[in-house]
Amino acid sequence: MKIAFTSKGNDLDAQVDARFGRCPFIVILNTDDKSFEVIDNQSSADEAHGAGPKTAQKLSEYDCNVLITGNGPGGNAATLLEKLNIDIYIGAGDMLIDDALNAFNSNSLKKF
Amino acid sequence: MKIAIASGKGGTGKTTISTNLAHYLSQKEQTVLVDLDVEEPNSALFIKGKLDKVYIKTRKVPFWEQQTCVLCGDCVSNCNFNAVTKLRNEIIISPQLCHSCYACSELCSSNSLPMIGLPMGVLQTFKLDNLFFIESKLDIGEEMAVPLIAQTKEFVNQNYENNIFQIYDSPPGTACPVIETLKDVDFVLLVTEPTPFGLNDLKLAVETVRELKKDFAVIINRDGVGDNEVEKYCNDENIEIAAKFPNSRKVAQLYSSGELLYNKVPEFYEQILVLEKKLKSI
Repeated sequence: MKIAFTSKGNDLDAQVDARFGRCPFIVILNTDDKSFEVIDNQSSADEAHGAGPKTAQKLSEYDCNVLITGNGPGGNAATLLEKLNIDIYIGAGDMLIDDALNAFNSNSLKKF
Repeated sequence: MKIAIASGKGGTGKTTISTNLAHYLSQKEQTVLVDLDVEEPNSALFIKGKLDKVYIKTRKVPFWEQQTCVLCGDCVSNCNFNAVTKLRNEIIISPQLCHSCYACSELCSSNSLPMIGLPMGVLQTFKLDNLFFIESKLDIGEEMAVPLIAQTKEFVNQNYENNIFQIYDSPPGTACPVIETLKDVDFVLLVTEPTPFGLNDLKLAVETVRELKKDFAVIINRDGVGDNEVEKYCNDENIEIAAKFPNSRKVAQLYSSGELLYNKVPEFYEQILVLEKKLKSI
């Protein structure tokens, strides 16, 4: 299974960024072999409008099953994410990715 | 002649002045009142005219024709607003981000993004004796006020003579909706209240109208509350104070029940006369 985390840093030791559209990185963990990939999303800071849809488009190039984030995507991004068939879990803002993963595994994150 | 009643701060009395002034002027001559605060128009609370016409207003957004699309992705890179996204084999339009610039549509090599009309709000016209009242209201959930404001102004230009008074009840603030409202008016009246908050936002509004190179004057509403810093500022900046409407409990009471003031509160009436004189001298 591939789980995407909106992240403040570019590795598995980072904290979850509460934002979707303007998170600087997305860390994607493959739970089968513990490998990970990183989407660099720092350019989202320069977007005046529509950072959410743009981030969703980047995410669409990876086949993720789950997205773990903080506040949850805004309306425009949510419409796009719906089409990707990703299960979104929120409430992990500022958690370490590891803690967020544990919270997800113990069903204590809220489904968006 | 187009007169905008604007302000920096919200709740200073734009609608109070607009409706009373327009109604008063219409007792003598044909007058147009336009509520351009399309996000929450409220002049209609005070002007109870007879509904004349209703128009559904639309703005243009692209519509994706899947059959002809070659999925080149040019539309995505041509959009400055991230309103067009490519998700795998699908082009998705986010209408709330679209600024109707036509770039994606015009530059599409397979003509797969025709522009279609998307309803954004309603324009209504009312008639009350010699007063023509036009109100536009955005649909719930619509984020962009500018296209509706622009279309409403166009409607007014096409349907009413410019040699009569046209009073624009403007949105508050200094952002795009206000710029759109003010950009082709002949004169701006900035309504403020004599408080630190009123002064702070008045300064922003003055900066805006100066940038737009508009002739303007200030109206002090609820004169008597707060301090005299607004007057000091206007004197220092050589800004004319066109009228001062006194603070009054009677005004608040009548306003709360949706009534016009100038025919019931003598000190309010006096200031409307002062304003009339000012406007006729422009």
